[in-house]
Amino acid sequence: MKKRMGFVSVVVVLFYLSSIFAASERRVVKIDGSSTVFPITEAVAEEFQKEQKGKVQVTVGISGTGGGFKKFCRGETDIQDASRPILKSEMEICKAQGISYIELPIAYDAITIIVSHQNTWVKNITVASLKTLWEPGAQGKITQWNHVLPEWPNKPIKLFGAGSDSGTFDYFTEAVTGKSKSSRGDYTASEDDNTLVLGVSSNPQALGYIPFSYYEANKKKLKALSVGGVFPSEQTIEQGTYTPFSRPIFIYVSAEALKKQEVKSFSEFYLHNAYKLAKQVKYVPLPQKLYTLALENLKKEKRGTVFGGKAEIGLKVEELLKREIPNL
Amino acid sequence: MIPLKRRKAYDAIFVWLSGLVLFFSLLTLFSLMMSLLIQGVPRLNVAFFVSFPSRFAEQAGILSAWVGTLTVMSVTAVVAVPVGILAGLYLEEYASKNFLTSIIEINISNLAGVPSIVYGLMALGIFVYQMHLGQSILTAGLTLGLLVLPIIIVTTREALRTIPTTMREAAYALGATRWQVMRDHTIPYSMGGILTGVIIALSRAIGETAPLITIGALTFIAFLPSSIMDPFTVLPIQMFNWVSRPQEEFHQNAAAAGIVLIGLTLTMNALAIYMRYQFRKRIKW
Repeated sequence: MKKRMGFVSVVVVLFYLSSIFAASERRVVKIDGSSTVFPITEAVAEEFQKEQKGKVQVTVGISGTGGGFKKFCRGETDIQDASRPILKSEMEICKAQGISYIELPIAYDAITIIVSHQNTWVKNITVASLKTLWEPGAQGKITQWNHVLPEWPNKPIKLFGAGSDSGTFDYFTEAVTGKSKSSRGDYTASEDDNTLVLGVSSNPQALGYIPFSYYEANKKKLKALSVGGVFPSEQTIEQGTYTPFSRPIFIYVSAEALKKQEVKSFSEFYLHNAYKLAKQVKYVPLPQKLYTLALENLKKEKRGTVFGGKAEIGLKVEELLKREIPNL
Repeated sequence: MIPLKRRKAYDAIFVWLSGLVLFFSLLTLFSLMMSLLIQGVPRLNVAFFVSFPSRFAEQAGILSAWVGTLTVMSVTAVVAVPVGILAGLYLEEYASKNFLTSIIEINISNLAGVPSIVYGLMALGIFVYQMHLGQSILTAGLTLGLLVLPIIIVTTREALRTIPTTMREAAYALGATRWQVMRDHTIPYSMGGILTGVIIALSRAIGETAPLITIGALTFIAFLPSSIMDPFTVLPIQMFNWVSRPQEEFHQNAAAAGIVLIGLTLTMNALAIYMRYQFRKRIKW
């Protein structure tokens, strides 16, 4: 009896192994890139697979915008999630490999300046004050609140911000100091925004910056500051009045991959449903009509980037979609 | 000469101090486990195990993650266990002591201490780019296999060393060949130790994230693999993704996935202890 059981289990295992080694041809849409864009792409992928009833499979990775572009430009992925426009160096690598792409904005992301609820003295901050506070020259010098503005208290200031691998860091430094990655170094840096939430919420003297979605999920613990008089909210981000800290986030679709039916229908599905799905995952969607514009760009296969390899602070998405691709 | 009273006092202080250290390390461990349990247990239901990841935290599950972990671990075991045990047997029982074997020995013990990310980078270069195995279950299994190979070799040798030489000599004296001695004595007696090593090696591999991220494990997968060349995700990666989300509900999912992972590791370690006990009991000499 025991022997027979052994035989049966061996047969079962062999059967399973043979089925696993017989690789089947499947239709897969491969996506990788920014963790900021991930929640929206995940939502679209989930819905798309439901609609296709398992005929097409979608995989989404989180290699970061930079890491993702490396794979994208080698032709390993079909679609790239990007929390910033493609950089000059990445454009060159893609070009060398013969990869061209269609740039599609899919939602807004905003950086929120946060303090603790116990902080009573600040409601609004200007970009100039942020520059005084965060520029590289402030290191070791601007260490108290009253160093920034004399009317603020004579208390030490504790800073929290994104780590240098993050797209949020790139954008914040660009918007505040005018130069990407130029920041003071003596602050608590973390790639994990939840760490920043925890740090700022527990310290009345703290100030930090995080993506808007993390503020939205932690409103009870945190107080957001208005920047130049404009408070970050869905309305101000969508209208583009919350400047300079609101920005579009993108997907890049490989033109070569777009020839495949599954990539084409996924990209179209993305733009058709991004408005609804971005809201569901607590992101700020673009206005409806801009998705229609983006869809036209996709159908025309408008290849290239309108940015020329540099993030532009405060660019309106509508203008971005209509702008001609500069010849490079 | 320190007076007796003072010496006794030192003695007492030391006992007290070590007790305190033990208490605090246990307290840390306990509070970690408790916070994980409190957060995660409400999410542990059948649906959690049979659902794919989702944008709705309460509908999300770990199906693709635990299937991924299991298939990757099977490949790892198929690769690392036979090679590791045979290499250990050869080095301990057959290899002559010379310059070459001592070099190999030093290297193996050093490899056991190499950070796992290094294995990931090597695997990216060799398996993914040179051998074109892709970002697949096979690549992941091979990578983790290499990672735990030194552990299996070292523990196999340790286990073999615990068999008294007199046992072997007695068998040789009765005219047994080397292979007969190995088959009938050395291997059966050391089996408990070898299996313990294997399981401990695998339970180390199960929690590894860094090398898998390096070779390109994915985060969102809502289908099951049908071949070992398919893309995959594993429990620690799914957990990491949930922890870094802003919404509290996803953190609960992460805690629940953490409980599953800890449960798996503990089960494997318990199995190792049980097996060692069983094999020890069977041996009578």
